[in-house]
Amino acid sequence: MKTAVVIVLFFVLAILHQDTWNWSNKDLWFGFLPAGLGYHSAYSLVAALFWYLVSKFAWPHKTEEWAEQEDVPAPVPAASARHRD
Amino acid sequence: MTTFFILVGYLGLLIGLGLISNRFFKGTSADFFVVSRSVGSFLLLMSIFGTTMTGFALVGSTGKAYSSGIGVYGLMASWSGLIHSAVFFAVGIKLWAVGKRYGYVTQCEYFRDRFESQRLGFLLFPILVLLVIPYLLVGVIAAGKFIQPTTAGLFPDAFPMPDLPNGKPHPLTGGVPPWIGSGVICLIVLFYVFFGGLRGAVWANTFQTIVFMITGLIAFVMISKNLGGLKEASQAVAESEFASQRLARDGMIGKLQFLSYCFVPLSVGMFPHLFQHWLTARSAKNFRLTVVAHPIFIMIVWLPCILIGIWAAAYLGPLGPGQTANSVLGRMVGQLVHSPVLSGLVGAGVLAAIMSSLDSQFMCLGTMFTNDIVIKKFGKDRFTDTQKIWIARGFILAVVAVTYGLSIYLKDSAHVFDLGVWCFSGFAALFPLVFAAVYWKGVTKAGAYACILSTMVVWCVLFYRDIIAEKPPGAEEELLIAGMMPVTIMIAVSAASLIGVSLISKKPSEATIRKFFA
Repeated sequence: MKTAVVIVLFFVLAILHQDTWNWSNKDLWFGFLPAGLGYHSAYSLVAALFWYLVSKFAWPHKTEEWAEQEDVPAPVPAASARHRD
Repeated sequence: MTTFFILVGYLGLLIGLGLISNRFFKGTSADFFVVSRSVGSFLLLMSIFGTTMTGFALVGSTGKAYSSGIGVYGLMASWSGLIHSAVFFAVGIKLWAVGKRYGYVTQCEYFRDRFESQRLGFLLFPILVLLVIPYLLVGVIAAGKFIQPTTAGLFPDAFPMPDLPNGKPHPLTGGVPPWIGSGVICLIVLFYVFFGGLRGAVWANTFQTIVFMITGLIAFVMISKNLGGLKEASQAVAESEFASQRLARDGMIGKLQFLSYCFVPLSVGMFPHLFQHWLTARSAKNFRLTVVAHPIFIMIVWLPCILIGIWAAAYLGPLGPGQTANSVLGRMVGQLVHSPVLSGLVGAGVLAAIMSSLDSQFMCLGTMFTNDIVIKKFGKDRFTDTQKIWIARGFILAVVAVTYGLSIYLKDSAHVFDLGVWCFSGFAALFPLVFAAVYWKGVTKAGAYACILSTMVVWCVLFYRDIIAEKPPGAEEELLIAGMMPVTIMIAVSAASLIGVSLISKKPSEATIRKFFA
């Protein structure tokens, strides 16, 4: 469920990247920041917020535990004979 | 001369850092190649961010904004903020886990085991080297191109240049020429990588990332101040006939082109130097800060550069003969930051950004050659740890020599931004390979070969058409296919080959599936 929410929100953000409504907009926000540039700077901050929420609520704990397990199977030898090319 | 001495002092500082990191070196190949997997959150963030931000981010973005306007931020920076972090989260952590559990050091080692094929590594290695070289070129060319205008006027007798056709002196006269600037930068990076290995690179990356972020902001403040302030600088763009179009995207960047740039940042999933950096992490938790802070850090670096780029269009006007967009940042710093101390610090910051990528790339090439070719060919017990380290150093030296030679040959024809995009596109086209390796149990060895080979054929053909072949008069400057970036076609071909061939070829063994899927 968490993964599905993350994927949906990711694609919503991806769609919001295509701000066609700003394409010809030469307005200067605060007198110096072009509208398109201001929008995408804000977008970067929203992306950071999104990843903060993902890392808080959907962190891959299982992957972490799997990597840390001590009963690790022996590594496959470098020039393993069972790798037939 | 103050500016020059600050640059020299900064480079000396890096040599010192290399010597200090050498004192912490444990003498083992594991320490030289992956810092004994001991890097914490802050160092991981700074080293990964420093590695991904290169001359492409500073010199290239400013030059591209000068020619294509504010849309350049959306093309690379905001897409990267979303997609780089997605790749770190979805692929980076998985690969770190596999690397930690089975002791991998390079991508080829992982792919060899994952696809049950030793030959796959021998196929992938030269392709990765081929794709890293344009990335190295971006840094080496950018360094030379930045140093020349920054030092312009300092050595008029040693490095004179012919006057412009209008009789005015050449703005770059007396500047250290690119063949010297690029060469010195290569030597400095070689020095601290040789002595410190990846630990030296991680430390230098962290230090240099702090330097280029702070000095970048100083440059931004100084340039805007000398243009009369933020509002006045942007107002001048709005009032300039040549520059005003750069305040929006209309007529500068196509909508499909803008959309299809989303594929370019996928390249971080296949960068061999990032793979190596991921493996240095002490634990998966160390990725959290990187995933969250990366979009903000990108904004801090790119936003000032894009603004400087469009301001430059109004301030400098059209480029004169022999001038390229790559030199725009250097010229703005040289002409507007009147304090020699600040000019020197800003110059050091730009070089820091460039070198913080070069070091990791040099390191990863040496690591791959040693582990994926030499050890695979002669066996892991054939060489001592010391010999392995020297083999890596030897290969790094050879690659740097080739890159330096190419940089001299291409310095006046290659646009840093475009060259960078081609490098990223090649790695991005291989992204389906790593994504499938991590998430799809049904991907096969034959599918992997089909993916790699088809990617290379399409990349070589399109790269030749865009960069090497002479373009007919009136042709678009940047190659687009149906209005989209070539990377779109490359990823489509790569993914179709991978999926199509995997569906009809022999599945991997149960043992391999069990090994890589918990």
